[in-house]
Amino acid sequence: MNHVDGNVLAGPLSELFSVDMTLATGRCVGCGDESVLARAMVYESGTDLVVRCSHCDDVMMTLVHTPGDLRIELRGIGMLKVPL
Amino acid sequence: MGIISRGFSGRSREQNPELPPGQFLTEDFPVLSAGPTPRIDTDEWEFTISTEDGTVHRWSWADLMALPVEEVATDIHCVTRWSKLSTSWRGVSLDTLFAGIDTKYGYTMAHSYGGYTTNVPLADLLGGKAWIAFEFDGQPLDPEHGGPARLLIPHLYFWKSAKWVRGIQMHKGDDPGFWEQNGYNIYGDPWLEQRYS
Amino acid sequence: MTALAPTSVWKVGVVASVHTETPTGRSIMIDVPGWGGNVAGQHLDLRLTAPDGYQAVRSYSIASASSGDRVELAVDRLPDGEVSPYLVDELQPGDEIELRGPLGGWFVWRPEQTEPVQLIGGGSGIVPLMAMVRAHAASGSTARFRLLYSVRTPEDVFFKDELMAFASSEIEITWVYTRATPAGWATPAGRVSRDILTSSTIPANENPAVFVCGPTGFVETVADLLVELGHPAASVKTERFGGK
Repeated sequence: MNHVDGNVLAGPLSELFSVDMTLATGRCVGCGDESVLARAMVYESGTDLVVRCSHCDDVMMTLVHTPGDLRIELRGIGMLKVPL
Repeated sequence: MGIISRGFSGRSREQNPELPPGQFLTEDFPVLSAGPTPRIDTDEWEFTISTEDGTVHRWSWADLMALPVEEVATDIHCVTRWSKLSTSWRGVSLDTLFAGIDTKYGYTMAHSYGGYTTNVPLADLLGGKAWIAFEFDGQPLDPEHGGPARLLIPHLYFWKSAKWVRGIQMHKGDDPGFWEQNGYNIYGDPWLEQRYS
Repeated sequence: MTALAPTSVWKVGVVASVHTETPTGRSIMIDVPGWGGNVAGQHLDLRLTAPDGYQAVRSYSIASASSGDRVELAVDRLPDGEVSPYLVDELQPGDEIELRGPLGGWFVWRPEQTEPVQLIGGGSGIVPLMAMVRAHAASGSTARFRLLYSVRTPEDVFFKDELMAFASSEIEITWVYTRATPAGWATPAGRVSRDILTSSTIPANENPAVFVCGPTGFVETVADLLVELGHPAASVKTERFGGK
């Protein structure tokens, strides 16, 4: 077992979003599942993160930290719903 | 940069002028993953090379084991800054596998069990630069390090050495694989510190 | 539930005290000016910087749930860890440490919640659950709280004295020992099983909120069993950090 869960995204995503994104619901483009990001499976590759759907394992999001910027790939998320 | 944490040094690492820029030497073999570890039995394992005319060349595990095997002693460099010197592997050279392959395309995409992909120019797979490796340090390659077999391309950052490799597809252009689509460099030469795009 | 606004700025805390909890674990009190407290179950990110600039960032659950500027962490030293050995063996009162938070609004318990609560912790997974137990006690909440705490041996219990005190007043505790039990213990050592969950946790038909925290394998096994026992997946919240 080499993954952790989406709770770890709270810190890294706070660098970009001003709301707690672990409470955001993301729709998985692969299987349609809608779950809070806190439940997603997160794989850590150094400081880079791969966020996978807890139902189908498809990649929902990746975060890559470079010295100069933070790159977020969101193509695996159909829609983000953020409670306000 | 953060405040210095008294007494913290992290994993043992040395800077070594023989290493590519920005790399540290490690004695560990850190496991980095982008997804779950596939469990592939050698009974069901297959490796393919697919060319532009639709031809698929296949090797079973037995086929692979019947090919000439090379001992490879090499340094490896991870984009997360870890380098390991003098690692030892056994594997089949991509030169051997490509010997009967007819292609006009100059680029490839490596595909792995579990869905990982990474792109490599054909020229970087040939000329004694790449292997399908199935032993590390005298032992069968562990699943968490890419077993039963992984691609081994030591002259590029180690994300190009695709774990759990299952096939190579010829491509006309240098189309980006998984990490390359997510911000990593399209080529990945550690000596030119080509980490990101 | 609204999304909390996390603090993304790195703050500097000063270690106020450290306390040995287990042969491999320690609790750490840190004073963080401007912290402003946290909800039970939240975590923070720690950032360590070596003299050559190398940095390591790790997430740790917070054991405290107060409104002040003091935070309590508890850390278990993992054998191949990079950060946990530093926190358990090296960090001293007076040391400065960078942290970010409080973080996370999902794996939390608030005193306004009135439903029964089942907490299930493995090893150092007790940490955010401890914050919830403390918050429950401090608020005077009458919600039913049960805790199942799984450890390798009796020496591996974090917050032992405090939990024993809570056991008589706040919360029912079931102890599970996976490798060695206390002398005279009626049950042989063994992992959390379906039977143990059936006999020692709040059943699904009472609609508890369930919080499971610990190593990934433990959490997945327990969460799967809970769903088998009828708990809706949506009622079971899990927390697993690497922590190395």
